[in-house]
Amino acid sequence: MKRNRRAKRSMKLKINGVEHELDIDMRTSLLDACRDHLGLTGSKKGCDHGQCGACTMLVNGRRINSCLTLAVMHEGDEITTIEGIGEPGNLHPMQEAFLHHDGFQCGYCTPGQIVSAVGMLGEVADGWPSHASADVKAGAALSGDEIRERMSGNLCRCSAYPNIVDAIETASAKMKENA
Amino acid sequence: MRPFDYARAGNVAEAGQMAGRFIAGGTNLLDLMKLEVETPDKLVDITRLPLRGIEETDDGGLRIGALVSNADLAADPRIRRDYEVLSRALLAGASGQLRNKATTGGNLLQRTRCSYFYEPSQPCNKREPGSGCGAIGGFNRIHAVLGTSDKCIATHPSDMAVAMRALDAVVETQKVDGSTRAIALGEFYRLPGDTPEIENVLEQGELITAVRLPKPFAGQHRYRKVRDRASYAFALVSVAAVVRMDGGKIAEARLAFGGLAHMPWRDETVEKALIGQEPAMANFDKAADILLAEAKGQGENDFKIPLARRTLKAVLADATKGA
Repeated sequence: MKRNRRAKRSMKLKINGVEHELDIDMRTSLLDACRDHLGLTGSKKGCDHGQCGACTMLVNGRRINSCLTLAVMHEGDEITTIEGIGEPGNLHPMQEAFLHHDGFQCGYCTPGQIVSAVGMLGEVADGWPSHASADVKAGAALSGDEIRERMSGNLCRCSAYPNIVDAIETASAKMKENA
Repeated sequence: MRPFDYARAGNVAEAGQMAGRFIAGGTNLLDLMKLEVETPDKLVDITRLPLRGIEETDDGGLRIGALVSNADLAADPRIRRDYEVLSRALLAGASGQLRNKATTGGNLLQRTRCSYFYEPSQPCNKREPGSGCGAIGGFNRIHAVLGTSDKCIATHPSDMAVAMRALDAVVETQKVDGSTRAIALGEFYRLPGDTPEIENVLEQGELITAVRLPKPFAGQHRYRKVRDRASYAFALVSVAAVVRMDGGKIAEARLAFGGLAHMPWRDETVEKALIGQEPAMANFDKAADILLAEAKGQGENDFKIPLARRTLKAVLADATKGA
């Protein structure tokens, strides 16, 4: 039986503060829209099933897996990719800290790690508890255990985890200083 | 992924009449659509509906909008203060990224992570009724030990729903004709029986609008989840517990279990057996005997039966200590 579905749809996406108009297949994930249609290839496709975190973006300030959402569902949202976090010559403290602590080996998971870490620190600042928090009623201070738990959605197959945790601790302190 | 039509629901009343598959967080549905396990002809995007609030109800409970994210629900000060078991269960599930996207209604409706369900080349009565069950006699380490049938031994993957089951949550819905109903979570899910493809009592086009919690239950709240790694994994066994002591004896015990069955599992005869008892291991063992009397392993998952016993005893010991 013939499926008569309209394949393409025009949509407007606001990414890193810039409005884009796209005419793309309805099935396009937010990740593929950025990578394949807008040249924003910083966000990576690892598993494409929400298991690895390499595709992490911020939507209205909160981190999500951009591979597990349709681009068309994000019209009107403020989307931030790694390109919107910082750029050569104007790095975000999180990016500087990853360089300083050597928080990667191959680098493929790194954009997702950095975006996720920035989103995660926003959650901590908002007083969100985690599975590692001793008391969910109280806000949690950032510790190694808290970072490991809160970053468990970002896998690193090179296993640079100890340096990633160090980088996030350093960046967190730096960001507090700057605030 | 198969092509589909896409439409946005502008209000709750029209959503059900749009004759499509609802999508909200999409973290499970899109995953399954990529694998062509799910092949909806039409998606109805409900994310713009005004269902993101958490409001207090007249009877002292809370009404949680169906679109409240798992992250926002876990972080809500009222949930953390009065329904700690729910906050704990949510925080034990998925990852930070997924909790930001996944919704309350969608979490209730997530599908099993049975690997035969996820693989279209394999038999699965849930995905393709009548095709058989690959897990029976196959790889079944993560599968159910209670309430199974010879058609399906899948588990329900949610942590949130387990805590909500212990808390006597009620699911509020709107049907296609605009009428509404309230379904106790204990009546919401179905065991697999001969029709494992039917997982709950929702009708075609019926939309979950909210989940209602009754007024808070006093006592110690615990959520203990045993899994293959310390974070970001589904439960092998989980226990949600609210236990209230009085005069050194158990006055009330609400217990629900994840990882054991096709639905969040609750057996009130287990709870009744604990009431009036001292918090002693022998009494916890008797409760576990009742819970697991009908438990049946499938080979690779046999370990879940003693694991459920030990987890229940550990949770009860922890929740009653110092009383």
